[in-house]
Amino acid sequence: MTVLEQRGAYRPSPPPAWQPRMDPAPLLPDAEPYRVLGTEAAAQADPGLLRRLHAQLVRGRRYNTQATALTKQGRLAVYPSSTGQEACEVAAALALEERDWLFPSYRDTLAVVARGVDPVEALTLLRGDWHTGYDPYAHRVAPLSTPLATQLPHAVGLAHAARLKGDDVVALAMVGDGGTSEGDFHEALNFAAVWQAPVVFLVQNNGFAISVPLAKQTAAPSLAHKAVGYGMPGRLVDGNDAAAVHEVLTDAVRHARAGGGPTLIEAVTYRIEAHTNADDATRYRGDAEVEAWRAHDPVRLLETELTERGLIDAAGLEAVREDAEAMAADLRERMNQDPGLDPMDLFDHVYAETTSQLREQRDLLRAELAAEQDGPDQQEGDRR
Amino acid sequence: MTTVAVKPATMAQALTRAMRDAMAADPTVHVLGEDVGTLGGVFRVTDGLAKEFGEDRCTDTPLAEAGILGAAVGMAMYGLRPVVEMQFDAFAYPAFEQLVSHVSRMRNRTRGRMPLPITVRIPYGGGIGGVEHHSDSSEAYYMATPGLHVVTPATVADAYGLLRRAIASDDPVVFLEPKRLYWSKDTWNPEEPAEVEPIGRAVVRRTGRSATLITYGPSVPVCMEAAEAARAEGWDLEVVDLRSLVPFDDATVCASVRRTGRAVVVHESTGFGGPGGEIAARVTERCFHHLEAPVLRVAGFDLPYPPPMLERHHLPGVDRVLDAVARLQWEAEG
Repeated sequence: MTVLEQRGAYRPSPPPAWQPRMDPAPLLPDAEPYRVLGTEAAAQADPGLLRRLHAQLVRGRRYNTQATALTKQGRLAVYPSSTGQEACEVAAALALEERDWLFPSYRDTLAVVARGVDPVEALTLLRGDWHTGYDPYAHRVAPLSTPLATQLPHAVGLAHAARLKGDDVVALAMVGDGGTSEGDFHEALNFAAVWQAPVVFLVQNNGFAISVPLAKQTAAPSLAHKAVGYGMPGRLVDGNDAAAVHEVLTDAVRHARAGGGPTLIEAVTYRIEAHTNADDATRYRGDAEVEAWRAHDPVRLLETELTERGLIDAAGLEAVREDAEAMAADLRERMNQDPGLDPMDLFDHVYAETTSQLREQRDLLRAELAAEQDGPDQQEGDRR
Repeated sequence: MTTVAVKPATMAQALTRAMRDAMAADPTVHVLGEDVGTLGGVFRVTDGLAKEFGEDRCTDTPLAEAGILGAAVGMAMYGLRPVVEMQFDAFAYPAFEQLVSHVSRMRNRTRGRMPLPITVRIPYGGGIGGVEHHSDSSEAYYMATPGLHVVTPATVADAYGLLRRAIASDDPVVFLEPKRLYWSKDTWNPEEPAEVEPIGRAVVRRTGRSATLITYGPSVPVCMEAAEAARAEGWDLEVVDLRSLVPFDDATVCASVRRTGRAVVVHESTGFGGPGGEIAARVTERCFHHLEAPVLRVAGFDLPYPPPMLERHHLPGVDRVLDAVARLQWEAEG
């Protein structure tokens, strides 16, 4: 007979001092992704903001097509297109103040560019000339992070440090749906909530981690639901609705800046192109699904809203397109020039002070380069 | 001239004093880790820092090493100098990706624009009867990662001086603290702690002419004892304490080996793929014509760190060092 079977011997009582830490209900995300475009809420949106979002969306789309073309010409080693996700990228950048920081992952070049980083400098990682071409401090944009979710704890640490120094700086950290499975995602959210750090986590749920669909990535009701377990609010938004993403992000940034702590936002979107130009998306998804998402295109959603409400005319649309074309032409032209690389730079930034070992290796390379300059005939002559 | 009050102090006390002095001198120095605040660390090395500088400067974090080091990266990006404690050697492995993928290469990937002045304190090594995952010597992993400094003190004075140097360094430093030397005492002046040479300089702890013992951290006292014992055999051993594995002080090591013509590398870490292989290769490449015998290694066995009741068989002790020295003589005669 077990203890439980001995009636009267076992007196259930609650564990001592247990109480819920907070009411989970206000943290729960809405049942449906939040939308603005095509709803009555759109009437409240600032027309100027909608036009700015539109101009950036069109530029972003053009940037994506131009960069993809550059991979075919061998000018970029690889490009992870964010076509279909431009609303998330643009809204992320525009929701921040100048003093705030952006922590992008490798697909977030558009957000980086929308923060003001030179479009060519934003591509050095993908071009292969330097890992980070831009100065992170110039626009408060951390280096594009290739390992998944590892940049999220950086955002927490930076936001925490800023608050310790008395600065009202917010960090926005971007991650994909696959990245939410990584340990660093968990640790970052937990730290942020415990420290009440001014951080906004934006998950762009584009349906796939390379080829693995969300259903094989998580069993959570939604990725936004994960917030509740950390004690922070979770928000669910239509990631193709630029106005909705901007509103939700702006609210979260304001909340964080006011000392309210972190927010986890899941933007439901779709990756129209393959993972990168090196991927074959037809192996893991059907055309019908892609076509359904093409019909929910972020650029067209916003353009329709602007046109139907008379906020933009044909000339306005044309001006936006011309601006995007000019950006693409400039990008194309500058990317078609060979980057001027000095191999001797390899040794410059490993340590603050170059070690004697690296000095020796630098001398070796210098000698090799000198021999190359002397030409093969000279080398042949040396050997004789 | 004032008389310097020199009294016995432990390595743990010197490390605490180093952090305290660094925090007092520079308001951007922050200590963070699991248990570093109220408890003062499981080895009490951060004792009193939270009380003196407040919990914002010495912070008990959630139990998550990647999160601790990852947060430190962000803090360093914003101008702070985080000093991170990893509690035990094997507990640092969850933070390995942050260390390798970000901490070590942020300066390089941003072309010098974003240096990360982070000190990662890791109590390491065996000999204290720790259970599984509490006694690893993980220095080879860190040595193999460009962009990191790897430092390990063997004396009380070095513990203080090198930790001050590490915290002041604009580069990330993996600061390996030999656990079994935490309570070793040295005469040291806690009132006026002296500076030590910059990171990257080895020191000759004992001069000799028969052979050089090249060692660091917890194996330094073993080698000093072996050198004393060797006198009975008529061997006069030189002991070089590396203090810094990266940068490596080729000059001091090679000058010693050229004088003695024989060398043994001694460390607790496994021999295969361990630091000794790299050191022996460097010495051979640079001192071949001065060598009377092959460079030998005395290291831990090539196995996962053993249970504490067997660790004395694994750790290189005085006898094993002397046996190696004897083999050096034999090789020379043969």
